Amino acid sequence: MKNFQIIRALSSKSAVSSIAKENSAMFIAGGTNLVDLMKKNVVSPDKLIDINGVDLKKIEFLTGKVSIGALAKNSQVAEDQLIKESYPLLALALAAGASQQIRHMATVGGNMLQRTRCSYFYNPDMPCNKRVPKSGCGAIGGANRMHAIFGASDSCIAVHPSDMCIALAALDATVFTEGPKGKREIRFTDFHRLPGNTPEKDNTLLDKEIITSIEIPNNNFTKNIHYLKVRDRSSYAFALISVAAGLDIKDNTIQDARLAMGGVAHKPWRLTEAEEFLKGKTVSEKTFRQAADLAMKGARSYGDNDFKLTLGPNAITEALTIAASK
Amino acid sequence: MAAKKSIKKVVEEDSNNSRRDFIKKSGLFTALAFTPPSLVMASDKKWDEKIAEYLETVPLSLEVNGVKHNLNIEPRTTLLDLLREQLLLTGTKKGCDHGQCGACTVHVNGTRILSCLSLASMQQNAQVTTIEGLSKGKKLHPMQEAFIKNDGFQCGYCTPGQIMSGIACIKEGHANSRDEIREYMSGNICRCGAYHNIVDAITEVKEGGMPL
Ligand SMILES: Cc1cc2nc3c(=O)[nH]c(=O)nc-3n(C[C@H](O)[C@H](O)[C@H](O)COP(=O)(O)OP(=O)(O)OC[C@H]3O[C@@H](n4cnc5c(N)ncnc54)[C@H](O)[C@@H]3O)c2cc1C
Ligand code: SF4
Ligand code: FES
Ligand code: FES
Repeated sequence: MKNFQIIRALSSKSAVSSIAKENSAMFIAGGTNLVDLMKKNVVSPDKLIDINGVDLKKIEFLTGKVSIGALAKNSQVAEDQLIKESYPLLALALAAGASQQIRHMATVGGNMLQRTRCSYFYNPDMPCNKRVPKSGCGAIGGANRMHAIFGASDSCIAVHPSDMCIALAALDATVFTEGPKGKREIRFTDFHRLPGNTPEKDNTLLDKEIITSIEIPNNNFTKNIHYLKVRDRSSYAFALISVAAGLDIKDNTIQDARLAMGGVAHKPWRLTEAEEFLKGKTVSEKTFRQAADLAMKGARSYGDNDFKLTLGPNAITEALTIAASK
Repeated sequence: MAAKKSIKKVVEEDSNNSRRDFIKKSGLFTALAFTPPSLVMASDKKWDEKIAEYLETVPLSLEVNGVKHNLNIEPRTTLLDLLREQLLLTGTKKGCDHGQCGACTVHVNGTRILSCLSLASMQQNAQVTTIEGLSKGKKLHPMQEAFIKNDGFQCGYCTPGQIMSGIACIKEGHANSRDEIREYMSGNICRCGAYHNIVDAITEVKEGGMPL
C-alpha cells in the first residue's frame, strides 16, 4: 500500500470542503472495502478523510419514515429492535452480508459505495474497463460465474455486491447527499447505475459529494417478507443470486408486492413488472412461478453464469413462497 | 508495504548514508514510486530530515491490554501490523490480510473487529484487547480454558481469532443455539476444521454463565 496522509473531519461540511481542495483524496468510513482495495493497489489516494467523527450515526424514527445516518454501522441497523419490527427486510438483508466483525465496522454509506467483487477488477495485472477505462473487460469471455444477467454492456458485466442495497431498492428508500454545490436527494433505484460505456462510474454520486443519510418510508411489508441469498457456502460469502421479497396479503389476496434481486446486475435490480403482475392475485405457487418468469424476460448469460438463468426464477419463486408462508 | 520496508532495511545496513542521501542516489523513479509524496516534497525543498519524518508519520495514542502507548506511525499501518510488528504482540494472527478469514479479530472499545482492515491511525484513544490481554496473571480466561478442554483447535493458527470472536459472540447475545453460534462465528475460518469443537467450547462457556 502506498503511504498517504490522513485527516479527520468533524462535520459533513468540513468533510466536503476538505475533499474539494484535493485532487486525489477519498473519504474513509469503516475501511472494510477501501483498505482492501488500497492494499491491492486498485485505488491509491494521496489523502484520506476519516469521516467517523461526523455526527451521522443516528437511526431516527420520524413521522411516516425512518432516517438512517450514513455512518450507522451495518450491525447497529441490523440489530435495532425498531428496524427489525418495522423494516425487517432490511434487517434480514444486512444480517446476510459479510461477517459480524465486518458488520461492526461497515457503515451504511460505505456499503452503498462498495465496489464490485469481479476478480479482474481486483487484479491490477488484468484488463478491466472499470478500473482502467478502455483497457478491456477480462470477464467477457473469461471467468464470469459471479457476473450479470441483466443490464450489462459490452464494456462491463460486473454486479453490485451489496445485500443491504437490494432491500433498500425494494423498500423505495431515498439517498441524501451533500456536496460543494449543496444538498441533493436521489431515489435509491436511481442511485446505482448501469455500466453502459462508462463502467468506471458505479453510481450517480457526484465528485466530492458525501452521503449523509438514507430514508425509508413506512410500509406494510412487515410480516410476509423474505431475503433469500444463494451462495457457495451458507454464510460469509457474496450472493450468486439474492432476492428481497415483500408481500402485503389480505384474505389470501396480494394487495401490494415488492421484489428486487442482487447478484444479477450492475445495480440492485428491481422487478417492477413482476410486482404489478402479483397485485390483486391470490397467493399460489403457480402465480409466483409466473411472476418469476416475467421477471426473467431479457436475461442474458455469459458462459460460466448460464446457471443463473435457471437459478434466478427458482430463487424468486422460493423467496415469494417463503414470504407468503410467514 | 514490502517496498517501503526494503528501503528501510537498505538504509539500516548502510548506516553511513543518511536516508535523504539514499533517496537522492536511488534515482527519481524509485523515489517517486516508493516514498510518500510528503517526503519527496521535503527532499525537493531540502527540508530537515526531521520534518520529513514527521510529515510521513502521525502521532497515535491508544491503550492495548490496559497499557497506554504514545506512538508515531505511518498512516498506512494497519492495526494488525502495529500490534504484531511494533508492539510485538504476535498472538493476533495474520491469515489473509484481506478480511476473509477472521484470524486477526481483536476487540476495539469492546467490539470485535478485523484488525487487518483497520488503519491504526484511525484508532486514536481506542482501547484494544488482544488474546494476550485475556488471562489474569497465570489464570486463563474461561474461553481459553474451554478451547483446551473441548479440543477447539488443531494447528492453533485461527485460535486467537476464534477465541476473541467467541467471547464477543456470547456478549452480543448471539450464542443461544448451535446454529446461531455457527452463523455468528462464520467470520472465523478454520483450515483444520475444528468447528464442531469450537461450537462445543462456546456453548460450554455460555451455559456456564461465567463472567467474561
Ligand atoms: C470478506 C468480506 C466479505 C464481505 N461480504 C459481503 C456480503 O456478503 N454482502 C455485502 O453486502 N457486503 C459484503 N462485504 C462488503 C462490506 O459490506 C463493505 O466492505 C462495507 O459495507 C463497506 O463499508 P465501509 O464503511 O467499511 O466502507 P469504506 O471501505 O470505508 O468505504 C467504501 C467506499 O465508500 C466511500 N464512502 C464511505 N462512506 C461514505 C460517505 N458517507 N459518503 C461518501 N463516500 C463514502 C469511501 O470513500 C470508499 O470509496 C464483504 C466484505 C469483506 C471484506
Ligand atoms: S466485468 Fe467490469 S469490473 Fe469485471 S473485468 Fe469487466 S469491466 Fe472490469
Ligand atoms: S487476517 Fe484479517 S481477516 Fe484474515
Ligand atoms: S486450528 Fe488450524 S486453522 Fe483452526
